[in-house]
Amino acid sequence: MPVTTLDGHTVHIDDEGFLTDYDEWDEDLAKVLAANIGIDLGEEHWKVIRFLRSDYKERGETATTRRVQTVGGVPVKEQFTLFPNKPGKKMAYIAGLPKPRGCV
Amino acid sequence: MTTTQERTAIVPAFDDGPTDRTIAIICSKGNLDMAYPGLIIANSALGEGVETHLFFTFWGLDMIVKSRMRDLQFSPLGNTAMHPIGDAHLPQTLAPLPGMTAMATRMLKKQIAELDVPEVPEFLDQIVAAGGHLWACRMSADMMKVTAGDLRDDVEGIISAADFIELTGGAQLLFI
Repeated sequence: MPVTTLDGHTVHIDDEGFLTDYDEWDEDLAKVLAANIGIDLGEEHWKVIRFLRSDYKERGETATTRRVQTVGGVPVKEQFTLFPNKPGKKMAYIAGLPKPRGCV
Repeated sequence: MTTTQERTAIVPAFDDGPTDRTIAIICSKGNLDMAYPGLIIANSALGEGVETHLFFTFWGLDMIVKSRMRDLQFSPLGNTAMHPIGDAHLPQTLAPLPGMTAMATRMLKKQIAELDVPEVPEFLDQIVAAGGHLWACRMSADMMKVTAGDLRDDVEGIISAADFIELTGGAQLLFI
């Protein structure tokens, strides 16, 4: 399992760069991850990220964009604005979670 | 003992910026089961930043006609791949029985809902919110006497086959 160091944090990652250990993430790391992909985190981004973290903790699965809308309360359109082009993957990456597997 | 390798930060290739990948999905079916493949693929394509167009033709128009889009049905008639128990096929002789279409439709809707997959109109709402484009086929609209007022408000236009060909130059095409 590859290990990398991001701004002083040592984390396990998969071959694509997604974090594999839930507990290795913290909010400081999120900022580093976001900066890696050119995103500046604002309050709305944090709302999504915190939802994803708590939802993952409860269900053991990364929420899809649909779930972020229906349960998390952030409309899909907004998700595309906050995390352009590939919201599902970007949100998961910044939140230190696996890529969403669901189809919707 | 697990071996770990130090790596420099691997950042997933999110390939930002406009990709030139475009996908056009032709939805030609009006049965409930066949409404979904196009929608699922469109939604996934949009989630990967791919420009996505859905073109509704023939029976697929039912997916975007306001008075019909909530009432798509499913029948086992002609679908020999229904396996209610194990690998056994549902006998076709049962398919035309009164009530069978309603029952099969209900069962399918339930299975879809159990996966948290939305119904067709809401799914199209999500697809449009994600940047998808919806188009209706002119010839089918003429044949079935359907006008723009009958369609969802977010359908961008009723276009001809020639328009469709122009619109989808270089696009990957999917016919459902």
